[in-house]
Amino acid sequence: MNKTIAELGFPGRLIAVEGLDGSGKSTQIYLLKRWLELQGLKVYFSEWNSSALVKSATSKGKKQDLLTPTTFSLIHATDFADRYERQLLPLIKGGYLVLCDRYVFTAFARDVVRGCPPEWVRGLYSFAALPDLTFFFKASLEVSLARILDNRPTLKHHEAGMDLGLSTDPYESFRIFQGRIFEQYLAMSSEFGFTLMDANQRIEEQQGMMRRLLTARIDLEKFRKTS
Amino acid sequence: MNKIRPRSVRLPRLRTPESAVIVPKVTPKQWLGAGLPGVEASSLNGKLIVVEGADGSGRSTQIARLVQWLETSGHHTVTVGLKGSTLVSEELETAQQGNILSRTTLSLFYATDFADQLENNILPALRAGSMVLADRYIYTLMARDLVRGMNDAWLRNLYGIALVPDAVFYLDVAPEHLVQRVFAKQSQLDYWESGMDLGFSRDLYDSFLEYQARMRDRFRELQRSYPFHLINGERSPDLVAEDLRREVESVLSA
Repeated sequence: MNKTIAELGFPGRLIAVEGLDGSGKSTQIYLLKRWLELQGLKVYFSEWNSSALVKSATSKGKKQDLLTPTTFSLIHATDFADRYERQLLPLIKGGYLVLCDRYVFTAFARDVVRGCPPEWVRGLYSFAALPDLTFFFKASLEVSLARILDNRPTLKHHEAGMDLGLSTDPYESFRIFQGRIFEQYLAMSSEFGFTLMDANQRIEEQQGMMRRLLTARIDLEKFRKTS
Repeated sequence: MNKIRPRSVRLPRLRTPESAVIVPKVTPKQWLGAGLPGVEASSLNGKLIVVEGADGSGRSTQIARLVQWLETSGHHTVTVGLKGSTLVSEELETAQQGNILSRTTLSLFYATDFADQLENNILPALRAGSMVLADRYIYTLMARDLVRGMNDAWLRNLYGIALVPDAVFYLDVAPEHLVQRVFAKQSQLDYWESGMDLGFSRDLYDSFLEYQARMRDRFRELQRSYPFHLINGERSPDLVAEDLRREVESVLSA
């Protein structure tokens, strides 16, 4: 098992949110970030899948349907490594609070559902430290699906899990795919010590709980900007 | 040994060896580790032959000769190399030129390129029963990463997706000879082939010798875990070709 940032002895801390699309995790991490920033703390926020160079290959692969489960997994691992080595790790070493909207667990869940062996995927990402705190937003599958599907969005091929051949209907495929990912998350919950968040609660209730937990677990004063 | 005569071709009175086409036996293939999800290794009828070695070790020459000989002997051959995938080859080139990626990222980028070619070029060709000649394979990628301090167990897991080749040849040439061959060919040393990213020396020549010596050491280490033929590449191309041909012949009739 990998070590957390604290266990590695770095001055920064890594906080991640995980959960299905529509679980409200992005809203919560945004509110957390605003709260920390306004206190004058050193905060950095990072999203999944955002490095420029790899993006060009990822979008080409998705557009032209070139990706298999293995190359899909590898290209996202490449993308993550780039972000980890060039952004996250230097900031963590420089004493930042790094907030991540999705972390390696997203890859573990998604790639395993696509058929990659769990140990292989975990091995790929073993260069990355584990978060000091991982919030898993557990909404009921139906609630998450409704939040995403109610306004009938255009679902991208891989987003809907269409490459798995679960259904020819993108919405039906998305439902089955998300259901399987949800199962993976639940299975990982104790393996990686997720902090469970009841995503069916009110936004404010959830945010209050996150702030309390963070204050209890991390000495925030240490992250104040020095002038 | 099976000998099949093409029916439509009129045979010369004296049977020349060329008229007899050897049908290679199908030997079960294996993965190096976890393998690829959903791919059955036993359905692969062709042979995978890998030639490893530094630039200037004679790789291309030897592969060209193998292709010619194999085709003359009636085998369909497909040649693959590194950095040739549709998926990421362009991006990989850009990344290398800018030298902006850190080691894990570059390593995974190369692995993506390899996986894409494995699934889209190598496996289909093997399924169709072709002879696949790989101009470098995962061993070069692993050796490069090991020189750069990547973790051995991490690399083994990563390349567990690869197929175990039917034969691997490493064309061994001492760095001092290698440098002369590179000069004779292009009178200039390549940045990456000299390991300049590692900062051994700011002098290209010194860095080349140091880097290639380390690559050679890593290959010798890899040979302990992955059986391959160490070929003395300092001899004449004819002698090296003879060695390769003999070994490939034994693969075909194995």
